[in-house]
Amino acid sequence: MQIFEYNGSAVVAMVGKNCFAIASDRRLGVQLQTIATDFQRISKIHDRVFIGLSGLATDVQTLYQRLVFRHKLYQLREERDMKPETFASLVSAILYEKRFGPYLCQPVIAGLGDDDKPFICTMDSIGAKELAKDFVVSGTASESLYGACEAMYKPDMEAEELFETISQALLSSVDRDCLSGWGGHVYIVTPTEIKERILKGRMD
Amino acid sequence: CFQLFLLLLRFELPSSRKIFKTRVVNRKMTHSSVDLPPKGGFSFDLCKRNDMLTQKGLKAPSFLKTGTTIVGLIFKDGVILGADTRATEGPIVADKNCEKIHYMAPNIYCCGAGTAADTEAVTDMVSSQLRLHRYQTGRDSRVITALTLLKKHLFSYQGHVSAALVLGGVDITGPHLHTIYPHGSTDTLPFATMGSGSLAAMSVFEAKYKEGLTRDEGIKLVAEAICSGIFNDLGSGSNVDICVITKGHKEYLRNYMEPNPRTYVSSKGYSFTKKTEVLLTKITPLSERVEIVEVAGEAMEE
Repeated sequence: MQIFEYNGSAVVAMVGKNCFAIASDRRLGVQLQTIATDFQRISKIHDRVFIGLSGLATDVQTLYQRLVFRHKLYQLREERDMKPETFASLVSAILYEKRFGPYLCQPVIAGLGDDDKPFICTMDSIGAKELAKDFVVSGTASESLYGACEAMYKPDMEAEELFETISQALLSSVDRDCLSGWGGHVYIVTPTEIKERILKGRMD
Repeated sequence: CFQLFLLLLRFELPSSRKIFKTRVVNRKMTHSSVDLPPKGGFSFDLCKRNDMLTQKGLKAPSFLKTGTTIVGLIFKDGVILGADTRATEGPIVADKNCEKIHYMAPNIYCCGAGTAADTEAVTDMVSSQLRLHRYQTGRDSRVITALTLLKKHLFSYQGHVSAALVLGGVDITGPHLHTIYPHGSTDTLPFATMGSGSLAAMSVFEAKYKEGLTRDEGIKLVAEAICSGIFNDLGSGSNVDICVITKGHKEYLRNYMEPNPRTYVSSKGYSFTKKTEVLLTKITPLSERVEIVEVAGEAMEE
């Protein structure tokens, strides 16, 4: 069995007009047994940068704690929040440091940069950054997510339409994956507010 | 007297100083916490745990690879580098438009094939080392400097850092083109190809290359070689990136050719009649961004 299929996960991020959306499923399992239906995969680094981590759940939590620590140090030294591009480079460096014994997770980073320009990127488990202008996916449901996002994505969507698109893409993809699902968790971030929504999905 | 002897030992021979150093480091390792930001280089903390997981039957993940066709050729006035733009994760295309031509110095660029994280990290690292070297010497970087730094790093990791590179640039001694293999061996060539599409591209070069090509002929030949890789090799695809380096001038033509446009794009896009059911909504308004205006006032008095 693949290490990434031990816990099961699905994370996707999309770019809209001066906003971005990041969504994940909510299942935590041990191979085929579900042990939690409210697992938090997406975490806030600061008001304008979110990171979603898919893969082995223990590494998801450890890596998140390490990144929050590094960001807090940065805030103390620089007296400001990290830009999303800088944060992506930080995550990439932390992951590459463990090149020969990696953290078994794949991050999806989404943030609003200067001038409220949305930024998304994903990485493999050793920190190879993949910047995209439209959407990024990660997790066990990634193949279905690639297909659904490719079909449903449109450039320059407003916040509400972006929410609808990312939710439909996420739910339809996790329906085709046994290891992820049990609802969805979507964050829509615009320059003025963060909207966090929990979606109702198939509980199987 | 014994303490004086120890003091002398510490400052005497460099070899004994080294022994002292490693002993101190080892002692520190057993006591130090893991929370300090590390000093650089690789960390092997999780190797034992990952080995244990592999023994229990969980297979390791696959890394992002750049299947790739990368090429370089020397023409009359300098060097032309070319690359495709597909990044794969197993059989899936992870990135349809990635950048494989990495910046090393204003007059040196490097194309990378193999594991994407390795090519990016190695080229970034050597690029910083070259910049520090330029500050120290006050001169433009030479291509062989970059070559030696890269091959030393790759050889010391015995091929485990899986980066196959085509390095090209123009320095004070003229145009140079080199290939570097993951184990650290290098070749100096007038035209070179690397990656999974290297055979397809090399066939084009072997048929059509000649010395003293002009800029336009060179660009056309490189584009043709990359296209042959894109269409015939499954690991390469999408667009063609080209970089032309001449004495004192460089041109990075990102997406020079786009021979694979999206075929069926529906003008209306998707519309969802049935909305997603939302269980809970939480809205956090973000504080307004304040503008800090420095008021030119009097200096503070002591």
